[in-house]
Amino acid sequence: MDRGRLTPVGWAALLLGALIMVAPIVWTLLLSLKHNGELVGHSGAALHGPYTLENYAAIFGNSSTLRWLLNSAIVALGTTAGVLVLASLASYGFARLEFPLRRTLFVIVLLGLAVPSQAVILPQHQLFAWLHLHNSYPGLILPGLIAPFSVFFMTTYMRGIPRELDEAAMLDGASRFTVFWKVILPLTAPAQSTLAVFTFLGSWNDYWWPLISATHSDMYTLTVGLAAAQMNYAQTSGLGYLMAQAVFASLPIFVVYIAFQKQIVRAMAGTAVR
Amino acid sequence: MNGARDWRGLLFVAPFMLLYALILVFPLFRGLWLSLNRVDLFGDGRFVGAANYVRLANDPIFSTALLNTFKVTLMIVPVLTVLALLLALALNNAGRGAALLRGIFFSSAVLSVTIVTLIWRFVLAPDAGLLGEAWKAAGWQPLAFLSDPHLVLPALAITTIWWSLGLPMLLFLAGLQQIPHDMYEAAALDNASRWTTFRRITVPALRRTIVLVVMLQTAAQLQLFGQSQLLTAGGPSGASRTAVLFLFETAFGRWELGYASAAAEMLFLLILAVTLAQYWATGRGREASGAR
Repeated sequence: MDRGRLTPVGWAALLLGALIMVAPIVWTLLLSLKHNGELVGHSGAALHGPYTLENYAAIFGNSSTLRWLLNSAIVALGTTAGVLVLASLASYGFARLEFPLRRTLFVIVLLGLAVPSQAVILPQHQLFAWLHLHNSYPGLILPGLIAPFSVFFMTTYMRGIPRELDEAAMLDGASRFTVFWKVILPLTAPAQSTLAVFTFLGSWNDYWWPLISATHSDMYTLTVGLAAAQMNYAQTSGLGYLMAQAVFASLPIFVVYIAFQKQIVRAMAGTAVR
Repeated sequence: MNGARDWRGLLFVAPFMLLYALILVFPLFRGLWLSLNRVDLFGDGRFVGAANYVRLANDPIFSTALLNTFKVTLMIVPVLTVLALLLALALNNAGRGAALLRGIFFSSAVLSVTIVTLIWRFVLAPDAGLLGEAWKAAGWQPLAFLSDPHLVLPALAITTIWWSLGLPMLLFLAGLQQIPHDMYEAAALDNASRWTTFRRITVPALRRTIVLVVMLQTAAQLQLFGQSQLLTAGGPSGASRTAVLFLFETAFGRWELGYASAAAEMLFLLILAVTLAQYWATGRGREASGAR
C-alpha cells in the first residue's frame, strides 16, 4: 500500500497541482466580490480590495436566479425520490421474486447501460412534445427516472442480503410487500443514501435535457439559466454579478459534496473493484 | 416460495419497466426509424432509406466535427489517465494531508458544465482572464485561446481535464488500496527500485482500473458537448464543433430531425464499440491475472 513516504519533490508537485485546481475557483470567488464597474477592461482589480457583497445582494433582488434555484431543487429532489422508489421496487422484484420474463427484462435493463443519452434525445424530445410535457416539472423529471444503473446497483445490493431474513418473516405470515417494506428496505439504507447522492448530483448538474426541454425562462434550471446568462454576457454586462451567480449556483452542490463525501468515495471505490 | 412462478413479481418491476419502455426503449427504435426518413419540425416525413447516411458521409461539416471530436478525445484521455494515476500514487503516500488534498482534487468534478465553462471563460479570455492577466504581468502578449483555431481544442481539453480529474483519481486510489501489502514487502526484500516496483507490481495490478478509466473517459469525451457549445459555440469557423454539437445544431437549430438522427446513430455505434472494447479488455484482464 505505501511504498515509502512522498519525496519533497513529490510534495512540491502535489501542492502545485492543488494550487492549479483551486486557482480558477478562487479567481471566480474574487471576481464575484468586486464592484462591476471596477472590472470593466481591468479584471486584475480582483486581486486587491475593496471587496463588496453587492453582487450577492443583487441576486436576491433578481427573481429569475431564485426561480431557477427553486426549479433545480424541485427537479433534483423529485428525480431522487422517484429513482429511489422505482429502483427499490424493481430491484426487489429482480432480486427476490420468480416471475415470467424476469431474466429477459433484467437483461433489457442492463443493455440500457450502453445507451448514451444523445442516442435517444431526439425521439424523447418528440415524445414529450406529443405528451405536452415540455416546460413542466414532470417533463424535466421523468427522463431522469429510468437510469438502468439505479436498478443494476440496487439489485446487486439486495442479492447480498441473506434470504433467511425474508423466509423467517414469511413464516410469520408477512406478505411479499410487508417483507419488502419492513425487512429488506431498512437493510438497504446505505445503498439508498449512495444512490440518492449520485442521483441528486447528476440531476442537479444535468444540462443536456433541460436545455432541450425547458425553453421558457421561468422553467429553466440553474444550469440552463446560467448558460443563457453567460451567452448574453455582452448585453447584461456585470462580470462580478455573473460570477456571483456561478458561486451562488454551486453552493448547494458543495454543501451536498462536503456532507456526503464518504458516500461518494465509497461508491467510487465500489465501481473500481466491481 | 422459491421458484414458484408468481405474477406478483411483475407488479414490483412494472412501474420502472413501463417508464423504461416508454422513455428509453421506444425512443431507441424510433430514432433508428427517424434516421431513415426525411423529417422536419412536425409530421412524420417520408421514407428515404439510407439517404441521410449517404449525405452524412459526404458532409464536410460532419466529418470535421467528427475529426475534432477524435482530436479532443486524444488530447484529453492520455493526459487525464496519466495525471490521475500520478495523483493517486502521490496521495496514497501523502499520509495525513491526503484526505484534504483528495477533497480539493475532486471538488471540480461536482460542478456542472455551465459553472465550469463560466469559470474557464474568465480564466482563458485574453482581455479579462486570469491567464491573460498573468501573461500581461509577465510582459507577454496574452494568447487568444478561444478565438485561435489552433488553440481552441487544446483550451477545451485543458478545461475538460481540470473538470474530469476527480473520478479517475478516486478509481485509481481505490485500485491501489486493493494491492496486497506483502507484494511490496517482497519487492523491498529484493531491493527492487521504486521504478521497478511501479512497473512490475503497481501497473499490472492496476491493469483493469486503467482499462476502465481509459474506456469510461473515451466514451465520455466522444460525447463532449457543453464545453464547446458554451465556450465557443463550435467556433472559430467550426474549429471546435464536436459531433454532439453538430447533432444538437442540426436537430434543434435547423430541425432536420431525420438527418440529426442518422448522426446520432453513427455516434451511438462508435460509443457502443468503445463500451464493447471495455468488456472485452476487462474480461481478458481477469483471465490474464489468473487467481486474483
